[in-house]
This record gives sequence, structure tokens and C-alpha cells, in this order.
Amino acid sequence: MADDALLRVRELVTSFRTDAGTLRAVDEVSFDVPRAATVALVGESGCGKSVTALSILRLVASPPGRIESGRVELDGRDLLGLPEREMRAVRGNDVSMIFQEPMTSLNPVYSVGWQIMEAIRLHRKKSRRDARARAVELLRLVGIPEPETNVDAYPHQLSGGQRQRVMIAMALACEPKLLLADEPTTALDVTIQAQILELLRELQQRLAMSILLITHDLGVVAENASHVVVMYAGRVVERAPVAAIFARPMHPYTRGLLESIPRVGREARAGSRRLRTIEGMVPDLRALPPGCRFADRCPMRVERCTSEEPPLDEAAPGRLSRCWRAAEVGPEPREEAS
Amino acid sequence: MSTSRPLFQPAPTPPARETSTEMEGGGGQRPRTLVATDRVSKYFPVRGGWLGRSTRVLRAVDGVSLRVRRGETMGLVGESGCGKSTLGRLMLRLVEPTFGRVVFDGRDLTPLSQRELRPLRRRMQIIFQDPYSSLNPRMTVREIVGEAIRIHKLAKSRRAEEERIVSLLENVGLRADVMDRYPHEFSGGQRQRIGIARALAVEPEFIVCDEPISALDVSIQAQIVNLLVELQERLGLAYLFVSHDLKVVEHVSHRVAVMYLGKIVEQAAADDLYEHPRHPYTRALLAAAPQPDPARKRARLVLEGDVPSPIDPPPGCAFHPRCPRAVKGTCDRELPPLDEVKNGTGHKVACWNPHAD
Repeated sequence: MADDALLRVRELVTSFRTDAGTLRAVDEVSFDVPRAATVALVGESGCGKSVTALSILRLVASPPGRIESGRVELDGRDLLGLPEREMRAVRGNDVSMIFQEPMTSLNPVYSVGWQIMEAIRLHRKKSRRDARARAVELLRLVGIPEPETNVDAYPHQLSGGQRQRVMIAMALACEPKLLLADEPTTALDVTIQAQILELLRELQQRLAMSILLITHDLGVVAENASHVVVMYAGRVVERAPVAAIFARPMHPYTRGLLESIPRVGREARAGSRRLRTIEGMVPDLRALPPGCRFADRCPMRVERCTSEEPPLDEAAPGRLSRCWRAAEVGPEPREEAS
Repeated sequence: MSTSRPLFQPAPTPPARETSTEMEGGGGQRPRTLVATDRVSKYFPVRGGWLGRSTRVLRAVDGVSLRVRRGETMGLVGESGCGKSTLGRLMLRLVEPTFGRVVFDGRDLTPLSQRELRPLRRRMQIIFQDPYSSLNPRMTVREIVGEAIRIHKLAKSRRAEEERIVSLLENVGLRADVMDRYPHEFSGGQRQRIGIARALAVEPEFIVCDEPISALDVSIQAQIVNLLVELQERLGLAYLFVSHDLKVVEHVSHRVAVMYLGKIVEQAAADDLYEHPRHPYTRALLAAAPQPDPARKRARLVLEGDVPSPIDPPPGCAFHPRCPRAVKGTCDRELPPLDEVKNGTGHKVACWNPHAD
């Protein structure tokens, strides 16, 4: 990735203490987010993608969580080394976050306008009146109908899609350089999901904002991101530009993910009604295998995979893969079906 | 029910995916209707206003006629609140209809008492979306799967029951040694398998799959979809597959119905519906589903606005406020009937201004 990265995450390790010992939810994770671009962080539940985002903002609950080591650089400044007071000036100002469930992330007892104004007045010296005007302006920006009236609405009076728009308005209140979007559309219906993603693309262009998009939906990745980071069991297993990864995945897990999504169109009906699957389950982070963490589910496993974990190495120009046989993975064999 | 007959019988030939002809009456080489709703409606009273005195009506399902044939998968698609789950429950009479009838294998379920219903209950089952809340956390797998066998007296002895449970678990891809474990010891995908084993325990002919994979991870979703398809082919099950995910529905369904605000707006053979969608809402749904192909040009068809409330649905066609093809004076006044596009094709659409072929 380019040198002018806005966010640089290096060797980030976040662990959690449990009754059965300490586990590393995020294990030496490194990636960049370029300016005004969208990077997708992809993986299944428990792979560490949300904890990565929370670690960037230093919002991991401690205890039981702890950021053990690594660097999180925003514009060259290491966020992990900042005193809490300075960190508070970063959250919601330089970096904002939106979550999956807009109902639980909005306060039900305050009007949406009040909550947006709170975000503005925390970081900007503005009178109540100016803050309110800005809140109305933000609601208009995110496409809330009748913003002058709805600024006084309470979260329960809005639909799910509108609540997510309000969340976005709050996150954008101080025009952040970086937006962390954790499954922003998972709880929404497809037609509403399309609206929200369209809105994010539009706002990104207008505000030249970088987005770290956390999702498990590869369709959303394909249409919104320029780079992809694939995580599995706490590790980054593949990093690549979006077109490259869909054309030719270089990790068997990425390929498995791509194969297991059903597609709309001729292709879907050309083959059988069965989908390709990744057999088995994600390993327990408290009892990781000595070799590659994906080995027991991998169709390409060789002896070395079960004894020695592969490093995240350059597999092709501009691409990283954590696989001993990265060069042999190749495109998904879809054509076989027809 | 005798235990001497084999647990799983060979399946009748599944219907070809291409057939799009709506059948009527029995016989012939076409598979017979197993479950049918006849203009079934479910209205819920909603209290509001001062001290909850004024009562309004929420029309969750509004006059829907839908049939599911033996051995086929009927896909039911729509967004949240469109009534698809309620329709699934109506078909099992887990929800009492406000109007209309539900006919199962030629018998009208509507007037039956709970006792009269019990022998029919065995023949219809449901699989739920959330495998975390649909299994009793205090029961072992053995108890969960064995309960229905005992209630319906499907095993003569404890040993026969045990054998049956083992066979069921193997059928859904679980090892027999998990029998004495509790739900919390399993992952989401495994719990869904337990839920499927429980549904299969009574040898049903019809299963309502209510968003069976929505709560699961992508790689696990594919495993469960394949299991359901395989079981259908082996056991000749009929499914009502309720989902908001068009891609999955296309994969598993022989026929598909699209619901919007309590009504079916389009219905056709799966190929026909995805290849030639007629209703503007179906088109919008298809365009909105993100495609895992970065080279594809993004569909610019973004629907405006939200789904209106089913409490005060718009007059005329309920979709008209969001519809790019709405005709003033018609769509906002008159309700379009669900009619066949071309006679004999079974492709039905409820629209005054449908897309051409």
C-alpha cells in the first residue's frame, strides 16, 4: 500500500483473560488504510475484526481485555502511546465509529439532535444554537427527511435505516479523517443496506474520509472497498487490492469464503443446488494448533502446515498471504460446475 | 406409528426445477399439493392513543393464497415486517388465522381443535433462525431430540428410541457421542443441526425453515444449506424456505414468492423469477443485493424511503410510494390483483405496470 497511509496498524496484539487462560483475539495484526480510501476487514465471528477496530480507538474493556503491544499510527502519531486525555480528543473527532445495531448504540432518553449536539460541543467551541444548526445540517446531509422537525425526534420514533443514518450523522459531526464502520448494514434490510452504503460512498467522496469497513459480506466488500484484509482466528491471513483478491485469492481460506457465497444469476442455476463449503469449524483460540490455524479445514494441507505456521509474506507484488502454498491457490474453480 | 418400518423412506422424485406450470387437482406426473393457504389473513390489534383506548389493526398477512407441493422448496422472500414469518407460522397453525383457511394434505386445519391437530402436527415442523434461543439450555441433546419421539410415541422401547436418536444425529452430521451434552457446548452451526435433527425426529413431510441460516457465519451457512438440500432429496421433504437473502433462496428453491407488506407481489418458478422479474419491487430487491464481483457495475437502482407501516398501509398498491413505475391515478387508488402474466406459466405478478419480458 502507498506511503501516504492515514492509518498504520503494526503488530497489534490484544488479549483477553478468561477462566481458561489468556487468549489473543488480535495476534500481530498489521495493515494500512490509505487516505480517502475504503479498506475492508473481513472474517467470520470471533476472528478478531471488531476487537481490532476497538483497539484502534482504545475502547477494549479492560479487564478482561488488554492491548499488549504494537503500534496504531494515525498521521504518524502513535495512538497507543497517548495519555487518555489526548486520546479522548481523538475519539469522535479524528476517528469515529459506527456500529451494527443502531438501536442499542443510541441513547433512548435523549433526542437525536441532543446526541449529535453533544458530539459537536465536546470537540468544538460552539454555542447551543450553532450546534443545533449543525445537527440539522448533518441530518440533512445523511438524508433524514424534515431535519428541522426530526432533530427533536427520539430514536424509537425512527426506523432502523433512519437510526443508522443518525449514527452516521453523529460520527461525521466533527468531520473525522477515519471512520470505523463495524458491520454498519448487517442489521438492515437489503434495500435499506443499499441506501446506507450509497450514502457512505457519497460522504467519503465529499469529505475525503478514510473508511475501515468491517464486514463478513463479500458482496459489500466487492462494491465498496479498494483493499481487503482477511482475518482468521486472530491472524491476518491475506492482504490485497480488491480486484486481485476476487480474481485470484492467494489463501485457501479466502478462496473458501468466496466459494461458499451463493450468487444471483445464471451461474447460480448452472450448477447443482449445493454450495461449496469450508468443512469444520474455527479453532478454539485458547487451544491453537502448532501450525497454520486453518490447517485442519484446509483442502490444500501438506505436512508442513500442521507443524509450522507460515509467515505473512509477499505472495505477489502488492499482495501478502500467510500460506506455504500461496502461489498454488489459484482462482476459484467455478467453471467446473457448468 | 410402527417402528418396524425404516426410519427414512426413499424420496419421491423431486420436481424438476424448470416446471413453472401451476397445477390444480391431484394425480398426473406433477407432484401433489401438500400445504395450501386460501386467502389467509392475520391481523393483530395494536393499542395506542390515550390509555390505549384506540385500537388499530396491523395487517401482518393479508389474503395470501400459496401452495407448497410435496418434495419441493417454496422460497418466501421479503424484508423485515413483510409478514413472511407470520405466513410460515400460519401454515403450521402456530398462529391462528383471522380470515381464510389452511389446508394440509387435503384437510382444512382451521376448524380443528388442538387435540385433533396433534396427529397432523407430527407431519409438519419448523426450524428457527436463532439456534441460540430455540433450544432449551437445560436439556441434553438426547432429551431435545427424544422429546418429540416420546410425545408422538414413535419408539416402542428405550432402546429403539436411542437408536433413532443416533440415526437422526448421524443424518444431520453430528456424532452419536454428543448425546449427553447441552446446547451451550455447541457452535451456532452445530446447534442448527440439532434443531434440524429435532424437526426430523417425527418424520415430517413439511418443514418451515424460518431464516435458518441468517444467524450463521458464511462458511457455516453453506454447510447448513447443503444439509437441507440433501435431506430434501433423500426424504422427499417439502420446505417453505423463509429468508431475506435472495441469493440463498435462488439456490435452494424450486419456486419463489416475494412478499411486501403482507401480500405476495410476485410468484414464479425460481428460474423465471430471477431471469425475468416483473414486479418493480422484485427488481429492486435483486439490484440491491451486493454482488461479490468488483468488476460488475454497481446497480444504480436504489429504492427511496422505508417500508411503510403495515398499520396504515398506503392505499392502492402498498409499494406505490417507493415505486419508480407508479402510475398516478391507478397505483395509488386500486389494489392490483395477483394475476398470471401469461396463462399457464404460473408466473404471477400483482402490479398495474409490470416490467415487460
